[in-house]
Amino acid sequence: MDIGGVIDYLVGFAIMAMIYAIFTLGLNVHWGFTGLFNIGIAGFFALGAYTAALLTSPPPDPEQFEDFVFGGNLAHHDVLAWGIDAWFFLGIAAAAAVCGLVALIIGSITLRLNDDYLSIATLGIAESVRLFFLNEKWAANGSKGLYRIPKFLGDLIPAENYDYLYIVVVLIVLLILFVAVQRAARSPWGRVLRAIREDEVTTAASGKNVSHFKLQSFVFGAMIMGVGGALFAHHVRFLSPLTFDPLLATFVIWAMLMVGGSGNNVGAVLGAFVVWGVWAGTQFLPGVFSDPSFRLLMIGVLIVTIMLLRPGGLLGEWRRIVARRPAPAAGRDATGSD
Amino acid sequence: MGFLPFVKLGLVANGIIFGSVIALGAIGLTLVYGILKLGNFAHGDYMAFGAYVAFFIVDGLLPRAGIEGAGLGPFTFGFPVLIALPLSAIVVALGAIALDLLIYRRLRQRGASTAILMMASLGVAIAIRGLVQLIWTGDTQHYPRESRQVYHLPMDVRIPPDGLFVAIVAVILVAGVYVLLTYTKIGKAMRATSDNPSLALVTGINTKHVVWWTWGIGGALAAIAGVLLAVVQAQLLPIMGWKFLIPLFAAVILGGIGNPYGALIGALVVGVSMEVSTQWINPSYKPAVAFAIMIGVLLARPRGIFGDSQ
Repeated sequence: MDIGGVIDYLVGFAIMAMIYAIFTLGLNVHWGFTGLFNIGIAGFFALGAYTAALLTSPPPDPEQFEDFVFGGNLAHHDVLAWGIDAWFFLGIAAAAAVCGLVALIIGSITLRLNDDYLSIATLGIAESVRLFFLNEKWAANGSKGLYRIPKFLGDLIPAENYDYLYIVVVLIVLLILFVAVQRAARSPWGRVLRAIREDEVTTAASGKNVSHFKLQSFVFGAMIMGVGGALFAHHVRFLSPLTFDPLLATFVIWAMLMVGGSGNNVGAVLGAFVVWGVWAGTQFLPGVFSDPSFRLLMIGVLIVTIMLLRPGGLLGEWRRIVARRPAPAAGRDATGSD
Repeated sequence: MGFLPFVKLGLVANGIIFGSVIALGAIGLTLVYGILKLGNFAHGDYMAFGAYVAFFIVDGLLPRAGIEGAGLGPFTFGFPVLIALPLSAIVVALGAIALDLLIYRRLRQRGASTAILMMASLGVAIAIRGLVQLIWTGDTQHYPRESRQVYHLPMDVRIPPDGLFVAIVAVILVAGVYVLLTYTKIGKAMRATSDNPSLALVTGINTKHVVWWTWGIGGALAAIAGVLLAVVQAQLLPIMGWKFLIPLFAAVILGGIGNPYGALIGALVVGVSMEVSTQWINPSYKPAVAFAIMIGVLLARPRGIFGDSQ
């Protein structure tokens, strides 16, 4: 492989790593800041991706065996082009809105109860979303999938170099989200979330409406995941229900957050790059290391090991106020510092 | 024909069979949930592992000893499955206890939160599935089988003999769990620990033994549920356990967490609803039906249909 090929590969790698970093940031809002246990990331991933893809794809063409009924075709509306392809942002916003709405509905049912219910419910969302897109051919072409998803600013640059443009787009979105999450985490709002994570009863006793804050956090994180899904859709430009299997759309993201350190946004992004690097790198290794089953096993072992040794992830949370915590029993739960 | 006004009785019968498999999984899950305060995401994968251990015994071990066969009496499976059933239960029960000693006990001793425990169980679930795929590949397998006639009952009800076997095994095991929880010392200790762990500790209950028994019973029931699931579905897939989590948790929540009899009723309700729903909607939506029931229960009666007094 010549040097150009290597760079092309690295750019493709970085795009995927940054898209994963967006999901990891969303999960960090859920788990890292609030302690919400979302194991249905794949559901929000798929909802975001399909929303953006359906809004922007051309309408179905029966001659190409496309069975779905709606393609928003936003990409070909002149009003939305303006030379800067404004439809792209509309698709992202819609993806975030749909994910936020689903999170709002499910969250408002489960979050006023026990936390455990939320995690079980997220599992149900992911499976229901997958079944919906698999069975309802009219919605998104079923298992044949969507394959005419448009490129953002695709006219500006030759197709073979398109990744060089898209990496900048993804980088900008990632930076915006990173700053947003970072600011949210440091705001009074973010402090309440961490207080809930550390001690729900005390937080409630100091007059905070715990379930409202949790719901806001759940919706916020889900919207970030929706944005990630939309960026993914316009990157791979092919979606089918099989794209969103739990391994690559949920478990890997958990591994990324665990490696990076929950509660730590820099760690979340770093974790995405490290885990995706190991993932992509080991594809070239012979034998068992590139075996998907072995990777599944290793992700499971990794999560258990981190829970046992450093529950806050490898980097852990950077505490702005360093104080000795009175109860050593709970001391290592969420922080990993001891 | 023998149609009731709305519901096909045959679907109800299938639902009861399917519900008995859910029940065996859900009883173990709810015991672990109530006594150890752990919503065990690996429970489905304990089931799958049990099914594959039995597959290994039936397909790998017993043929070397010259024990082979399929189509025992009216059933599609053979005598080897009957040998494998208890062996697999023992293996998974011991495995569940070993995992507790290795992982969950350490987390409990550290005072880890419920979320951390559940996170660890998610890791265990992923690892078990990876291990199963690594050993037995991701392809569909099945126990040696011969096709058999189904029983034709009045009112257009057709029951496969295998289904009858599944229901009978489930009834025996549920009765066993009832006797154990009601009349034995360890069973009483388990119920006491579920109701109030700290009170149980100060009254001198050996909580270590309670933990072992809970995992042992939960693991054994999960393994048997896994084998029975593989028998009624006539196939084994590594993902079968993970897919089963939604009906399992729906049954547990319906019956009230920690209540094994609630889980039994919940499992039958979920199983029958899932089967009967196929009369109107696409059968592949069955997990979504279980999910919808769960959400409905959380909206209407968050503590389950029996409204646990705590």
